[in-house]
Amino acid sequence: MVDDPTKKQSPSAPPATRRVPGSAPPREAPSTPTLLENELTQRFRERFGSAILGATLDRKQAIVVVDARQLREIASYCQGEETFEMLVDLTAVDWPKRDKRFEVILQLYSFQKNERLRLKAHVASGESLPSVNGVWAGANWLERECFDLFGIVFEGHPDLRRILLPEEWKGHPLRKDYDILQQDNEWVRENLGIESGQSNER
Amino acid sequence: MNAERETRAFANTQHVETTVLGADEIILNMGPQHPSTHGVLRVKLRLDGERVVDSECIIGYLHRGVEKIAEHRSYQQFAPYVDRMDYVAAVSNGLGYCEAVEKLLGAEAPLRARVVRTILTELQRIASHLLWLGTHALDIGALTPIFYAFREREEILKIFEKYCGARLTTHAFRIGGLQYETYDTFERDVKRFCDDLGRKIDEYETLLTSNRIWLGRTKGVGVLSAAGAIALGVTGPVLRASGVKWDVRKAMPYAAYDRYEFDIPSRESGDTYDRYSVRIEEMRQSRRICLQAVEDIPEGPIMARIGKVLKPPPGEVYHSVEGPKGELGYYIVSDGTIQPYRVRVRPPSFLNLQAFHRMARGGMIADVVAIIGSIDIVLGEVDR
Repeated sequence: MVDDPTKKQSPSAPPATRRVPGSAPPREAPSTPTLLENELTQRFRERFGSAILGATLDRKQAIVVVDARQLREIASYCQGEETFEMLVDLTAVDWPKRDKRFEVILQLYSFQKNERLRLKAHVASGESLPSVNGVWAGANWLERECFDLFGIVFEGHPDLRRILLPEEWKGHPLRKDYDILQQDNEWVRENLGIESGQSNER
Repeated sequence: MNAERETRAFANTQHVETTVLGADEIILNMGPQHPSTHGVLRVKLRLDGERVVDSECIIGYLHRGVEKIAEHRSYQQFAPYVDRMDYVAAVSNGLGYCEAVEKLLGAEAPLRARVVRTILTELQRIASHLLWLGTHALDIGALTPIFYAFREREEILKIFEKYCGARLTTHAFRIGGLQYETYDTFERDVKRFCDDLGRKIDEYETLLTSNRIWLGRTKGVGVLSAAGAIALGVTGPVLRASGVKWDVRKAMPYAAYDRYEFDIPSRESGDTYDRYSVRIEEMRQSRRICLQAVEDIPEGPIMARIGKVLKPPPGEVYHSVEGPKGELGYYIVSDGTIQPYRVRVRPPSFLNLQAFHRMARGGMIADVVAIIGSIDIVLGEVDR
């Protein structure tokens, strides 16, 4: 479930066999995501039941999908009893075709167990999810960035403002439907009074 | 319990502007052009006389939308962009990205490539720490160290230049291994540099370590507790100076770090002096790694056979390396095409800078400069 250093290729292992470049599949085919069932997920299920929506293992990394509404309780449990003391990263991925388009991702790390865990929560457009700022103080800026670039609202965040972009920026650039030329075209139209002629079509 | 209290204390802080000023308080704006902010960082300070009551960092001036760019490039095309985040440690950025994509593909670079990567990355760490040492000392008023630090850094940049033709934004590594073989005198150059460096580091220390002015400016300044650092996601030398002996190179070894002996320096009090002391010691450890590695670079191929068109199977991976600033992570999601669906960079400087507020509160205004320097931020990485 974690990056296991002992799995590293030992220095004496033979070099990779020759393959024709271009057509070659990767040397060691990565495992497709598989269901994860271990003590950790069992404890999760016992404690939170239906709020645990799934658990998978992708490239030896553990992923637990949780109900967004219970994210705060689950985060607090992870931080306390499961000793995931550090929130390494908080980010999101936009899947516009899904029912709940945003996938909010928390990368956790436990110093005691030397383990990583990835929590995922799905949020629909216009929905909000609880802030984990009270659990890990480091979430403050990470959630602000997520709000800035994806427009995801974190309920209970003390200071949810844009962080990287100027306050007057329109839209949320990391959404898949964000038009990267919009800002530029608008500027040309307003300031030069002409059409810029740039478009996304190639 | 302690961690919880720390967490709450931070969560309750308010935005500087919305707080009501006391009768003797003023708001002072520092930056974004202030030389000691190492780039374009703007800090708003609420002051009571010379004491910092509250502070707020305003960032984003260097935001280039690197993560968005990644979604419009192929895996290989994006590799040079990562060099432009932490632009004083481009090699480390490249290592993290290449290894993350390799993990996504299920491939691994050959051993020879991994050893050369380790040497270059450690040289880069020394170069980054030297740049930090020079500028940090300069900020506090010690003019001499920067000349010495840049003299040694130049030697490292020369090695990079001879190796791949570039000095700063090197794009030294490729996904799957290396593009270039090491040049003829590579081992000799690295060895000669490392042999000299030990003595040079002692020389820097004679200038600063027990200098009374230096001690006065750094001891007990900008203290960050271990619990506070962990709660804030602080990593790298800043975390280690607070007493947490943790380094990605040891915790989850990558490249060829499991082959070499080295120590993780750490200190207890978490002040500016300790952060200085940790980085000085880290340079010695990096030198140790380089000397061990260069003695015995294994023969063999330098590129894994991964094909010219990279189409990682759908899925995701998080991989992190110990950059000079802290844990540099890449979270990459693949949808099975030649372009990444999403690339997230976990920037160490961004999270470390968040702790600035905690370190500066209650201190003097002159210490703000020392504290910013001791976090060792690079705004290109904070803003991406």
